[in-house]
Amino acid sequence: MVSRRTFLKVGFASACLLAATRSLDRSVFAQDGKPGSLDLKALANKDAELVAALAIGVLKGALPDDLVARQVAINEVVEAFDRTFAGLSPAVQKELQELLSLLTFSLTRRLLAGVPVRWADATEADVTGFLERWRNSRFALLQQGYQALARVMIACWYGNPLSWQKVGYGGPPHAKELGLQ
Amino acid sequence: MSESIIKDPIKLALADRTRGWKVIDGSRITRDYTIECDVVIVGSGAGGGTTAEILTRAGLNVVMIEEGPFKSSSDFRMQERDAYPQLYQESAGRQTKDKGITILQGRAVGGSTTVNWTSSFRTPPATLGYWQKQFGLEDFTVDRMAPWFERMEARLSIAPWTIAPNENNDILRRGCEKLGIPHGAIRRNVQGCWNLGYCGMGCPTNAKQSMLVTTIPSALDHGLSLIHSTRVEKISWRHGRAISLVARGMQADLVGVNADAGPHRVRVHARHFVLAGGAINSPALLLRSKAPDPYGRLGTRTFLHPSSVSAALMEDDVIAYSGAPQTIYSDYFLDSLPHGGPMGFKLEAPPIHPILAGITLPGHGTDHAAWMTRLPKMHVAIALMRDGFHEDSIGGKVAIRNDGSPLLDYPISRYAWEGLRHSLRVMAEIQFAAGARIVMPLHEDAKPYRSWADAGRAIDALPMQTLRTRVASAHVMGGCGMGRDERESVIRSDGRHHQIENLWVFDGSAFPTSIGANPQLSIYGMVARNATRLAEILGKTPAPFA
Repeated sequence: MVSRRTFLKVGFASACLLAATRSLDRSVFAQDGKPGSLDLKALANKDAELVAALAIGVLKGALPDDLVARQVAINEVVEAFDRTFAGLSPAVQKELQELLSLLTFSLTRRLLAGVPVRWADATEADVTGFLERWRNSRFALLQQGYQALARVMIACWYGNPLSWQKVGYGGPPHAKELGLQ
Repeated sequence: MSESIIKDPIKLALADRTRGWKVIDGSRITRDYTIECDVVIVGSGAGGGTTAEILTRAGLNVVMIEEGPFKSSSDFRMQERDAYPQLYQESAGRQTKDKGITILQGRAVGGSTTVNWTSSFRTPPATLGYWQKQFGLEDFTVDRMAPWFERMEARLSIAPWTIAPNENNDILRRGCEKLGIPHGAIRRNVQGCWNLGYCGMGCPTNAKQSMLVTTIPSALDHGLSLIHSTRVEKISWRHGRAISLVARGMQADLVGVNADAGPHRVRVHARHFVLAGGAINSPALLLRSKAPDPYGRLGTRTFLHPSSVSAALMEDDVIAYSGAPQTIYSDYFLDSLPHGGPMGFKLEAPPIHPILAGITLPGHGTDHAAWMTRLPKMHVAIALMRDGFHEDSIGGKVAIRNDGSPLLDYPISRYAWEGLRHSLRVMAEIQFAAGARIVMPLHEDAKPYRSWADAGRAIDALPMQTLRTRVASAHVMGGCGMGRDERESVIRSDGRHHQIENLWVFDGSAFPTSIGANPQLSIYGMVARNATRLAEILGKTPAPFA
């Protein structure tokens, strides 16, 4: 758990570092490109890794149990997150990008999120630990960050017809008469 | 792909050259436009739509500018993931500055009327009485407003709903009945409604009598020029008179203005300017325009109906995503709590679709999923807090960010938190009385409770704090409040700006308090009157409605 003192220090340091991480990102991550199958228009590769890792915690119990179906679902959540991100107003997009950068830059990931490894290697325990710490943090900023990420991911999943069978939702009614099929 | 049995009246009219509709899509402009007209209207919702019909039918030359897209029934596919980004401000994720309140507000031709849940209430007499007393709004009496409400009720087919309420609303009714809490049936602005339950994603059958299918097509038939997907940036004014406005086309995805269009602008010179962009947006436009504000009132007293939410699991299916979304209400906790006392609230039920349920339920992971997998058995009640009627109840303040976009700062007072806590108790009691097996107030620290006694004790102890307690609002009011005294208000009771003589505010931002009811009919009635007066000022005799 982060202490108040650490938080303030890290908050200041991370603000200074954000600009640096962005330029680093471009140079370090430029060559590894986007994950092969995903078509992303706004998220960087490292952001996509973060979102995929968080899906395992945020959507635990909601994603399909079958491993193949599960991977398809996670990919679609990442793509939907990307579309949602691209559709945010510039001011909100900037805020969310700062949050993603804070979580993917290794120093702030360790200190603020308490996750010791890169997100692609994070265990379920790493992810759920992070989510619970931020959800119940004393700091409004971290609670806001938790809620923003959790809500966008939840919206991305439950907007997807793949999620509906498990919740017992049959989709739009009168689809045939209304030309939806 | 099957073909819909519903004809899209907007697409048909746009394709029919004999109709002569003048419509410009601002996201596709390739040159500058300079337009002159009698009246320019900014916004196309309840206020803008009503104004456009009255002024065009009176023979005036009117231009309407709307930031959102011109979508219509064949675009409304009852999918949350498409509808929210397309038809709502900030993808239905608009939030207050501290992220404590999520705001559902429309952004499309027709404004919020395109996506609202059709609930139609006249402005409550107690609200009008408070306005007369506190703000000197003497022409807002029940009797003087009645003819305007009648006229708009007739125009928009506002009538009692004769089909049985869906189970989600009937649970509210039964719970109130068991506890002896007075309740009533909600009137709706529909014609030939299919009882689908998807009003919030745009009506796919054109049954909802929104501005999109009533006043706006009528105004277009009478010569209105509609410029959509276009954001008004600024109004220029000098010596107490507005001169022109400048607008820019949006990007194709409507996220921001279209930088690729380079220098292309839409400039409108008008004799009169009507702001109808809704609360938050109308005061923000005046702030961007550096409109005179000698007493610092602009953007202040912006009100929501901050709403608490209580979820329950019932024995039998509720299927709250099906059927007219809002048909039952109770005003008991408004009527029995006098102004000046504890904060009052209106009780209603909302539609429950997967995204809306998912983002409103607290938490994540297996606890969250456990609720979601019981979606068909879920009942939800909401309590809409009436803000603005007490000295500790002053709403929020609209400011603009560096990029000119609006931001609403809306801290929740201790007074309001106590009202919200009270409402969570009331809703849990009603849900248990109606047979709920489990009730959960939507709060990060709440658990599912199996009895009213357990729930009541827990609610008394819950920390009522921003971000812990779920608070949402579908209604935004105020920010350009009316009043007789210019030291305490932005506009006069007829909608005219105190300092700019040819600038009028004809939307929900004119209200000096929240309404204490879903606001669409309050806007229609007030604006029908004020727009008629404006037509008369311009030397016209307004025609009776079609």
